[in-house]
Amino acid sequence: MSREGQQYDAAGLRARVAEFLARHDHTTMDRVEFLRARYDAGLAWIHFPVGLGGLGAPRALQSVVDEAFAVAGAPDNEPRRIGIGLGMAAPTILRHGTDEQRRRFLRPLWTGEEVWCQLFSEPNAGSDLAALATRAVRDGDDWVINGQKVWTSQAHLARWAILLARTDPDVPKHRGLTYFICDMTAPGVQVRPLRQITGDAEFNEVFLTDVRLPDSLRLGAVGDGWRVAQTTLMNERVAIGGAALPREGGMIGILARTWRERPDLRTPGLHDELLRLWVAAEAVRLTGERLRQQLAAGQPGPEGSAVKLSFATLNQRLSALEVELLGVEGLRHDDWTMRRSSTVDFLERTPVYRYLRAKGNSIEGGTSEILRNIIAERVLGLPREPRSDVDVAWKDLPK
Amino acid sequence: MKHLLDTPLEADLRAGVRAMLADRCPPQRVLARVESDEAYDRELWHTLAVEMGLAGLLIPERHGGAGAGPREAAVVCEELGRAVAPVPYLGSAVVATAVLVAVHDEAPLDAEDAALLRDLAAGTRVAALAVPYSMPPFSAGVVASVTDGSLTGTVRGVADALGADVLLVPAADGLYAVDAGSPGVERVGVASLDLTRPLCDLVLRDAPGLLLARGPAAAAAVTAGLTAGAALLAAEQVGLAQWCLDSTVEYVRGRYQFGRPVGSFQALKHRLADVWVGLAQARAVAGYAAACLADNDPDTPVAVALAQAHCAGVAVTAAEECVQMHGGIGFTWEYPAHLYLKRAKADAIGFGTADRHRAALAELVDLPGAGR
Repeated sequence: MSREGQQYDAAGLRARVAEFLARHDHTTMDRVEFLRARYDAGLAWIHFPVGLGGLGAPRALQSVVDEAFAVAGAPDNEPRRIGIGLGMAAPTILRHGTDEQRRRFLRPLWTGEEVWCQLFSEPNAGSDLAALATRAVRDGDDWVINGQKVWTSQAHLARWAILLARTDPDVPKHRGLTYFICDMTAPGVQVRPLRQITGDAEFNEVFLTDVRLPDSLRLGAVGDGWRVAQTTLMNERVAIGGAALPREGGMIGILARTWRERPDLRTPGLHDELLRLWVAAEAVRLTGERLRQQLAAGQPGPEGSAVKLSFATLNQRLSALEVELLGVEGLRHDDWTMRRSSTVDFLERTPVYRYLRAKGNSIEGGTSEILRNIIAERVLGLPREPRSDVDVAWKDLPK
Repeated sequence: MKHLLDTPLEADLRAGVRAMLADRCPPQRVLARVESDEAYDRELWHTLAVEMGLAGLLIPERHGGAGAGPREAAVVCEELGRAVAPVPYLGSAVVATAVLVAVHDEAPLDAEDAALLRDLAAGTRVAALAVPYSMPPFSAGVVASVTDGSLTGTVRGVADALGADVLLVPAADGLYAVDAGSPGVERVGVASLDLTRPLCDLVLRDAPGLLLARGPAAAAAVTAGLTAGAALLAAEQVGLAQWCLDSTVEYVRGRYQFGRPVGSFQALKHRLADVWVGLAQARAVAGYAAACLADNDPDTPVAVALAQAHCAGVAVTAAEECVQMHGGIGFTWEYPAHLYLKRAKADAIGFGTADRHRAALAELVDLPGAGR
């Protein structure tokens, strides 16, 4: 750890927050002004560099700062609402952006003034993301974008997007991509709700028709988009598997409460499954805890993929058991009206919603099958399947 | 929250034990001695317990220990599991030692008992708790009747007792230490599934015993021993599963069929990824159990039941996949996979099955069954 890192300990950071709060009264100040001031004081994401909302302090101490603000009753930046910006766009801009891009985008991203979305997946490029077909063609100082993106949460609220587009169809697929920041208010950007099996429209389809983006919105070099996107995708998996929970803090808690309150519903078979799931939930929780300790110790482990994979299976089994336990009552949903929900709230809605929404957990953010490939190849070092798409120009691949 | 990673000292300990086992306990050596008459590998035990001084890790400083504890013992158990080492560490350095420490916590030991604890720590004597290997911590029972200080009873399927010098016997009115060489003590070796931790049947006929503890203190000591055993068995299961995964990955990378390594087929890759996921969880769960035990945490019974409910299945699956993915060679006597499968399956019975531990959890975390 650097000397700079060592000068920040929990007590010092709490003092820094207290000093900040003494100078900025959140009870009288405008919420956004307060958040901007917190950013400018380096108390936003403390592991970011000085001048970009951070202190260059150890990431492990972020929770100390967040808790100190929460205890004081200060407003936060509603992290769930801006998760894509915080979890994916920000680390990518920090790592690959120009100084100007960092200064322009990171502050309003963190304060939540500007919401971000992710324009990666396409109807014909899901697990095989590098096969994507959205084209970016250079025209003077601009790029002209044409294509269709899908599974875009927050697109209807977003000011900006991180966008992966093909700039060279004549080279193999991974090499012809470039990473952009897309202005969601630009002419030619059309957002349509995509209704999913829950009846909600958490996601969108985004149609890009002759959208002009200045070259200053390019992130990283032309043709280097795949490498830049790896930063985004690594952070996505950490974000999905990463939240700390107490015992029975997730869906297992709902199920356990129902079990305790309703002796009439109990059967031996359901009891056995419940106990198996209680054990599995606790194992997943402790694995996540161990992963966080590794991250805090500066040894990011590959457990992130494991947590994401087991979390998906666990949620599906838990929500299936809940419907079965409740019997005919479990079949009652609240409302099928299409909602434009922007966050997933497993705990507030019906068992029907939980059962259906959990089906997405093994698809979004890397399917469970792709995650198993990643574990097998990157963690265990097993050979790849023979591939037919590596040395072939993208335009010549079968589609 | 408990610290679930190795401390620097634990990492050093792990490296030391692993290096020693790589040198002194390669699979070929384990395989070569399993059909001998020796109950355990005495040379290896001497190195581990006497030369490296690792048999006394569970003795707390208040009783003259070196300031180590269950976390360090878990490191040793994990490495021993990885090598499927044929030594009575779990039975003597973990279970029997934890029993004596618990006795000592209740009342000062007399000279003879204190000498026993000292000898166990030094590795110069080996002890075993005379209960069936399948006895879980939450249903510890007695195995012998007592007449004028002499013990009579039969216990089937005792682990790590065949080569033990001293047997700790939970009897009707208390816990006794019985010299294994006394008249009235008969041990009959069992042709056991696990060749590296053979079981024996124990028959006591008016065997002379020394009373260690009475009544509730005796029962509490036995429970403490079994709790330590169940917690650290989970570490052994982690090590066992790790060897199975590592050896299988190595094999499928180098085995070519249909013109490519069989490890490039997703049918195998995905199953190995699942083994790795289960193992990552087992490592966290076993680490939590050892850490709770070390801190004497009130959550220990839950942590131990959780570890045994989870880790047994992980080890068995890893060993079964190891045999299957090695194909024909995995089914041979020559290749050591069977030693691991046998140990994994026996460990799944040790200190109670996963199902019994789930039943214990139902009580501990208030998830009662149908009709309750």
